[in-house]
Parts: sequence; C-alpha cells; structure tokens
Amino acid sequence: MAPANVRTAQAPSADRRLRTLVRHLLPSSPRRAAAAAADTSATLESFPTMASQGSSVFAALAQAPEDPILGVTVAYNKDPSPVKVNLGVGAYRTEEGKPLVLNVVRRAEQMLINNPSRVKEYLPITGLAEFNKLSAKLIFGADSPAIQENRVTTVQCLSGTGSLRVGGEFLARHYHERTIYIPQPTWGNHPKVFTLSGLTVRSYRYYDPATRGLDFKGLLEDLSSAPSGSIVLLHACAHNPTGVDPTIDQWEQIRQLMRSKSLLPFFDSAYQGFASGSLDKDAQSVRMFVADGGELLMAQSYAKNMGLYGERVGALSIVCGSADVAVRVESQLKLVVRPMYSNPPLHGASIVATILRDSEMFNEWTLELKAMADRIISMRQQLFDALKSRGTPGDWSHIIKQIGMFTFTGLNSEQVAFMRQEYHIYMTSDGRISMAGLSMRTVPDLADAIHAVVTQLK
Amino acid sequence: MATLSRAASSAARRPALLPPRLLAARAMASSLFGHVEPAPKDPILGVTEAFLADPSPDKVNVGVGAYRDDNGQPVVLSCVREAERRIAGNLNMEYLPMGGSIKMIEESLKLAYGEDSGFIKDKRIAAVQALSGTGACRLFADFQKRFLPDSQIYIPTPTWSNHHNIWRDAQVPQKTFTYYHPESRGLDFSGLMNNIKNAPDGSFFLLHACAHNPTGVDPTEEQWREISHQFKVKKHFPFFDMAYQGFASGDPERDAKAIRIFLEDGHQIGCAQSYAKNMGLYGQRAGCLSILCEDEMQAVAVKSQLQQIARPMYSNPPVHGALVVSIILNDPELKSLWLKEVKGMADRIIGMRKALKENLEKLGSPLSWDHITNQIGMFCYSGMTPEQVDRLTNEYHIYMTRNGRISMAGVTTGNVACLANAIHEVTKPN
Repeated sequence: MAPANVRTAQAPSADRRLRTLVRHLLPSSPRRAAAAAADTSATLESFPTMASQGSSVFAALAQAPEDPILGVTVAYNKDPSPVKVNLGVGAYRTEEGKPLVLNVVRRAEQMLINNPSRVKEYLPITGLAEFNKLSAKLIFGADSPAIQENRVTTVQCLSGTGSLRVGGEFLARHYHERTIYIPQPTWGNHPKVFTLSGLTVRSYRYYDPATRGLDFKGLLEDLSSAPSGSIVLLHACAHNPTGVDPTIDQWEQIRQLMRSKSLLPFFDSAYQGFASGSLDKDAQSVRMFVADGGELLMAQSYAKNMGLYGERVGALSIVCGSADVAVRVESQLKLVVRPMYSNPPLHGASIVATILRDSEMFNEWTLELKAMADRIISMRQQLFDALKSRGTPGDWSHIIKQIGMFTFTGLNSEQVAFMRQEYHIYMTSDGRISMAGLSMRTVPDLADAIHAVVTQLK
Repeated sequence: MATLSRAASSAARRPALLPPRLLAARAMASSLFGHVEPAPKDPILGVTEAFLADPSPDKVNVGVGAYRDDNGQPVVLSCVREAERRIAGNLNMEYLPMGGSIKMIEESLKLAYGEDSGFIKDKRIAAVQALSGTGACRLFADFQKRFLPDSQIYIPTPTWSNHHNIWRDAQVPQKTFTYYHPESRGLDFSGLMNNIKNAPDGSFFLLHACAHNPTGVDPTEEQWREISHQFKVKKHFPFFDMAYQGFASGDPERDAKAIRIFLEDGHQIGCAQSYAKNMGLYGQRAGCLSILCEDEMQAVAVKSQLQQIARPMYSNPPVHGALVVSIILNDPELKSLWLKEVKGMADRIIGMRKALKENLEKLGSPLSWDHITNQIGMFCYSGMTPEQVDRLTNEYHIYMTRNGRISMAGVTTGNVACLANAIHEVTKPN
C-alpha cells in the first residue's frame, strides 16, 4: 500500500513513523479494510508531523470489534422489547431474573464494615496470605499432600482471567515449551489471554457436534501427538461453552496419557461447586492429577460460585515438584504481577477469607451454592421437557446431560441471529445459552423460539 | 513419580546437609521448574519486610509510600468509611463493563481535566478504569506498543522503580532524561530542556504531574510552561503519571496545574490517575487511564482498543474501589469531606517537613536541609548515600530505600527528633 499522495520529505523519524502507520492501515479484518480504504489519504495527510495542530498520533487507529461475549449484553441492553431474554454472559440470575448476592457474602460484608480496625493498605504482591492458603485447600483438599509438603505456591489474582494471564506469562518466561493446547471449542477469551502471555496457541479436539458430547477419541489422539512437555488447558468441570465433561474414567485416561508424555496440565476452575452442587466432586479431576505427585497450574475463580463477579477474586496455584522450587516460582510470579498492577484488589479476597475460615459461614455457603446449582439443573430439565412436549425435532438430551452454567444448543449462527431478531432472545453466536438466565417463566418462550427456528431454518 | 517428589521435598527440608548442586539436581529431576532462579526482592517493598522483622522498639519505617497519621497508624478516611457503609448490603457485585465504571471515569476526568473541561463536554477523552496507577501505566504502555511499535518512552532520572518494569514488560524501549540535580537537590532544568530538545521529534515522555516520586522535586509553573512550549516545538507526546493529586499541595486543582498548562497549549495528553494515596484506597486498586483524542469518534475507537488490552489481562476491573470513588465524588457533602481530609494529610506532611528541617538545624548540622521543605509530596530525597542509609538502618533502626528517599508520611511528632538525630549523626562531616 504505497502512500503515493503523501509528502515524504521530512526528518527520518517521520518517515519511519509513516511506514509504521501504513503497516497499521493494512487491513486485518474486512471492517478495518473498509475503514482504511475510506480514510487512507485523509488520515495520512493529517499525520502529526505534517499537520500543525489538533491531530493525534493515534489518528489512524480503528475501532475494535465488540467482544463476542460481552457484546451480547451490550446488544441486549439496547433492545427495547419488553420480552427480551439475555442468555449471553454467564452470570447467575434468580428465578426473578435478578442478580444474586449470596446471603453469606452480605454477612461477610457487614463484618468487614463493622470492624473498625480494618485498613486498606496494599496487599503483598502475592495477595492476601490467608485467602491464598484457604483457596489452595478448597481446590486441592485440606489434606492434600502437595499442600502439606509445601509444594504449592498460590498467588491471589484477578479472578480466572487474571490467574490464567499470570500463569501464562510465567510459563512463557520460565517453561521450556511455549505451546499451549486448548480444547475446541473453549471460552472465547482463552486464546487471547495465552497469545498475549507469549504462548503459541493450538487446539485439541473436544466437542463432537454429532453426539453433542465429548470427542474422546479425538482428544486422546490430539494429546498423543502433542510434542512432549506441551502445556494443556483443561476445564476442571462444567466445560465452557459446551457443558460437556469427561467421566471420571476418561479423566484417568487423560491423566495417564498426559503424565506419560510429560504434558503440563493447566486447569481452569471457574465453577467449583457450581457444576454438581458439590465442591469436592467438582474438584475430583484436579485432585487426581495432584495425587500422582506431578506438577500442574490451577486458575481458580470465585466469580460464579461466590457470586463475586465484579470484585475480581481468584487465585493462581502452581503445584511444584518440591518446596524449594515452589519458593523460587513464587518469587518469579511476583515479577510478573508487579509491572502489571503491583498487588491485587483487597475487598473480594477479604470476603472470601472471611467465609472460608469460619466453618458455619462455610456451611452456609455450600447450601447457597447447591441451591444455585439445583436451580440450573431444574432449568435444564424444564427446557428438555418443554421441547419434548412440543415435539421439537432432534435429540435434545444433551440439555440434561451437559453440566454447569451453559448449554451448547447446537444452533448455528444463522439460527442464533434469527432468535435475536424475531424473539429477542440473546445468546452468543456459537449457540451457547446460559441456563442461569432462564426462569420458569421464560423456559416456554425459549422452547417456542427453538422450535420455530429449528423447524423453519435448517 | 510420587517417590521422587517425596525424596525431593525431604531434600528441600534439609538444605544445609546437601551441596547446592546436588540439591538443584534433585529438584530438577522432579520438577519442570527446577531451573527457575529466585527473583530479586522488590527494592521498595523489601524495606517494609525488613522493618517488620526488626524487634527493636525504636524502629522507624520511612520506606514505603503509604500515609500514616501522627501516631504512625494507617488511616481510612471518614468519607471512605461512609461510602462503604452505603455500599454494603445495597449494591450488587455484577461485572463492570470492560472499560470499568462510567461514573467513576466521569468523576476522574473532572478531577484531572477540570470540572468544566471542554474536552469532557466534547467527549474527546478516551478513558478506562484501571488497576490504580500501575495498571493505568501498564495499559498505556501496552497500547503504545501495539499502535506505535517503533516508539520509545523517555523516563525521568530518577523515577519510581516500577516505571522501568512496566514499560519493559510492555516491550517498549526506554530512554532516560535528566531530571534531578544532586548538587542542589533540585531540578536540573537546563539538563531537562536539553534532553527534550535533543530527543527525536514526536518522542513519548513520562512526566510526573506533581510530587515527583522519589525526589519530591517539581518544576515551577514557569518551568512547566517552558517544558510545554518545547514539547509543542518537538511534537512530543506527554504522558502524565498523577499519583498524588491533592496530596502534594492539599489542593487538587493546584496539583493538576501542569496538566492544565499542557491542555491549554493544545497538547493531546495521556494521563494515569491513582486513588491509592489521595483517597487512601491503596489495596482497592482504583485508578483511571485517559487519552485526549482529536474528536469523539477517535475517543470511542481508542477506548475500544484499550478495552481489548484489558480483556485478556483481567477482563474487567474491580468494582468495589470504583464504587467508593464514585459515591464520594458524586455526593457534594462527601466530596467536600474528602477535600478536607486530603488537605489534612497534605498539611501534616508539610508540617513534618518543617519539623525535620528545624530539628536538623537545631542539632547544628552544617549541611543545607532546605530541600526538605522545598520538595513536595510524600517523599523527600535526602541526598544521603546508600552507605549512610545502611548506617541509619543498622545503627538506628530507621528503614528507608537505599536511594536516600524518606517517606515523610512515616514521620511523626513522636519520631521526628530521633530521625533528625540519626540523620545528623550519619551525615555530619568528621
């Protein structure tokens, strides 16, 4: 793309920056191409070293596309329809469609407010120490030998995203393999997180559209052919977006294969307790890997299971071969965190620690957690029954077989767009619906819409 | 594999009995991370660690920059307590948008750009909530790398040590510019202006908006005007790190003067704001990054790109600190309480500067200590050498960073005499 109409008789730095700018104008997407084509000459001529005033070094910058997941809620909010339903982002809603703050969280909040000696000082770079210990116990089990042997380093991070990013950055700097294998499909933000960490992202087969279940054969094949030492991202439970989890037997086979090839497990646990209703059951896959004495990374989030979404509470744990290694690893994790945000936010971690350290509050939490999980399981059943009673063509048993917050409906993007336009029902374009966004009142509407779209649009 | 790890961990429990190479070999045999080196301690945060470990009853911590009251205690502002009372039990914890709390951003822009700023009215400022000042600087550094990959950042000498880490991790090359004048313990203005003139046109400069960290040395208003003028001539990009608005002079408007001068001169600035010190929200990580753009459309585009950087880092910023900030700044009563409390903190520090200087003069120190009261903000760049600082720590249990930076917030009426005495002892000519 030669800027033929642009004067280049300036200082060398202007030339260099022109070339940079031109590179940025090369389209990386149809939208950017259109923008670039429309604005090229005007933009280049208003480039700072040529114009005198009022022009920005970022003048050529194009608007970024809407985030595919968070953009759904943006679109939903703009919709004036009174019957609209948001099945986009995975945030729990009550039967009345309202966000929920757990009772035990409210209690913890009050305790914090009423404590006059509480201060707001900087946390250490690694976060709130008590929170870290309790989080490790929660996911690995209080009696985990890895914890007892001091082989686990845990640092508080910004929810699941932050934990994944810090872990990814650490691996890119200190691990000998720079490739991470992620399941196909996976949470939309995973590829970006790991790419920006400095890792190369590859995928392994996971979901089988034909069965709407696990492509176990494909998974084993792909992991078998991964280079030894590669990193493998595993959803600990309630796979996002499919809701399809391996069975315990399948997990054991995965574990054996991975350990035999020295593949490094990186677990993402965003739904512990939320999937089956049992914290221990939902941690089984992780604990199997820890029990064999091997190493792994674990990104933990309290966004959903404690309803702390916006507080950004999570933890990255690395289970190491020895206590000595764990100490050194922790010191290097600090070097990743310090230039990113110095130290993590205090409020959410304080709430979590308050709850986890008190056995009565812990118990109350498990009850509230089970209630949320049960409501979702009941929504699954109701939706399945509603589709059956309408005689909607197709096998919809995956709705009750899949687990966790999301169902992969199997709808294609055209059908998804139709649902949005005709029925004001919002979901991500891959056909993923958040069961947490459903209620007894809206299940029939959704069933009607699915029935219509499946019978009218193939 | 389980056997190996048990062996390795029991070996780790008896480090003294095994030679380091053997230990390392054993560790490596059972760990994919056995080769990982221990990282050096953070120069600033390591000071507090050492202070905490010291059993002496006379110890003084003038290391990390966190405000203390005259009893040496951390402070939660009353306006903050009230804001938290309103939040607890009433507001939910839903995800903020990727760009953060709109209300908090609006109020932050008013503070930095002026209550009646035309740029705000014209929606020309791209702004996102950030993880305090660190997070704001990092978002900008990553943004700079992505959209101006051939650019560098000019960083003052000296500066907050983490600035170097931030732009390094963002992979933006760094250069330094002259700032501090050790002989006068003031600003090396001519050196600074030379560096500005000699830098290639269109360079990016990191400027401390007020209360320079670690020196406490700020340009005068006249000097800021000259700097701004030269920036215009050179078409440099000014990026302001404003971590102490209100905390320096006690008046937020006054502390934003440098920024306002640049805006008047037509610069399109970037600005990192932090509420860590001026609202005492340290651990809440509340801050804001803003970039002044040509027009509303560009501001929308820039903001969308900043969000693209935040999304794979932490998805969306923490809500609690943002709620505290927006509740306080939106409520006229709470805001005026905040202004009073900020002035109170700034005044106490100004008072301690006076007291420290007077004490040193009373002790008959032949050196000049004018810089203590000439400098502004939380820190005093004492001019002491690392060796003198070591003596302060080892002989007098006084903790500060080895560059001689004293956090005035750690000075109280109770310890100022001790501190002055110790400084006098280690600096007096023999």
